[in-house]
Amino acid sequence: MNLDQLIKRFQNKDVTAFERLHGMYAENICGVINTIVRNDALAQEICQDVFIKVWNNAESYNPSKGRFFTWILNIARNAAIDQVRSKSYKNSKKNLSADYFVGILDHGSSTESKVDAIGLKKLVKNLKEKCIRVIELLYFKGYTQKEAAEELDIPVGTIKTRNRSCIAQLRKNLKL
Amino acid sequence: MDVQAYIASGILELYVAGLLSEEQNLEVHGHALEHPEIMDEIEQIEAAVLALGKTISPGLPHNFEVIREIIDIQKETKVVELGKKDINWSWYIGWAASVLMAIGLVWMYAQNEGLKSQIQVVENEKQTLEEQINDANTSLEKSKELLNTIRDKNITVVPLGGQEVSPTSYAKAYWNKQEQKVFIDAKGLPEPPDGFVYQVWSLKLNPLTPTSMGLLEDFDLDENKIFALNNPNESEAFGITLEPAGGSESPTLEQLYTLGAVSS
Repeated sequence: MNLDQLIKRFQNKDVTAFERLHGMYAENICGVINTIVRNDALAQEICQDVFIKVWNNAESYNPSKGRFFTWILNIARNAAIDQVRSKSYKNSKKNLSADYFVGILDHGSSTESKVDAIGLKKLVKNLKEKCIRVIELLYFKGYTQKEAAEELDIPVGTIKTRNRSCIAQLRKNLKL
Repeated sequence: MDVQAYIASGILELYVAGLLSEEQNLEVHGHALEHPEIMDEIEQIEAAVLALGKTISPGLPHNFEVIREIIDIQKETKVVELGKKDINWSWYIGWAASVLMAIGLVWMYAQNEGLKSQIQVVENEKQTLEEQINDANTSLEKSKELLNTIRDKNITVVPLGGQEVSPTSYAKAYWNKQEQKVFIDAKGLPEPPDGFVYQVWSLKLNPLTPTSMGLLEDFDLDENKIFALNNPNESEAFGITLEPAGGSESPTLEQLYTLGAVSS
């Protein structure tokens, strides 16, 4: 069964289809949430809520308007950002610096995080920092091109091409 | 369409990131359906991002069973859930506070109204008392004036004795010749019957010539029964007769109540 059929069955409230989609995306989506909230337990909690939301809003996904992955990614980012903006989170994370997810590598050992440090290292090796940053902003944090350009202090026109070459590098690493 | 150039533009990466407009999304979707290379590219981009996300995942302790359970519970409780809303405490507290405040306002308003009406009652009492004092003062003033009038040295006092019709009646005339005024003290006269009025006459005796001095109007309403009348006449006697309401041209002598001569 291909992805399109799976999604169609999921939209018809087929729990088995949903289970397979969950298997395909859940781990990744939880990871994206974690890059935003920086708290394993919290990320897991939000991630679970996100998939409940995905199930309950299944009929609102329209394949012609974007990838299924992109749709879930959007829901996840919004949920995580909502959490970050909440007061309780702000209070607990007041002193957290705004560093990037590769920072998780450094903290990983000390916080006994379940982050796949080896896998991450393999993926991001020889990936320049500016690549990691642009990928994180565009995919994990939901920045627009303009917002990312301002954040990284580069012209808007270069975001698109830089992102392309960074993703290309990532794909190369993935095949290793 | 140059598929390779389209792929190289970087638009597909943005498509996966969800950063394109709705219009662009539809366009990319259309091209992807048309050109398998584009679809393939999209899937590979997606796979790369998926892989990166996976490495920073917190290990996914929730397996699908947790989700399945929640979905099942939702299904079972869907009907119940219609009535069961999230308790929005700030909503409740907000309303409770407004209700309390409204009650407080009503209570304070009632208190205020109560005090106002009490003040009103006291005001009314005060006014009544002031009126009474005023009346008393006026009455005292009148009495003093009256006393002064009858004590005036120019006053001639003429007692009028009861006549045949009413032997027990009496009256007094206080005559101030200079001011040509007569005060009749009619306390000794009975109240006139309905439709009748006392009329005071100035009399010349030789020959007997009565001149009307006026009526004792509103007899029953006048408390001290003292009536002031003008008298420009050279009176030799005063008489009071009972006449039909409005008075008469000449006295009805059968109804002569009191009579008294001026002592010279």
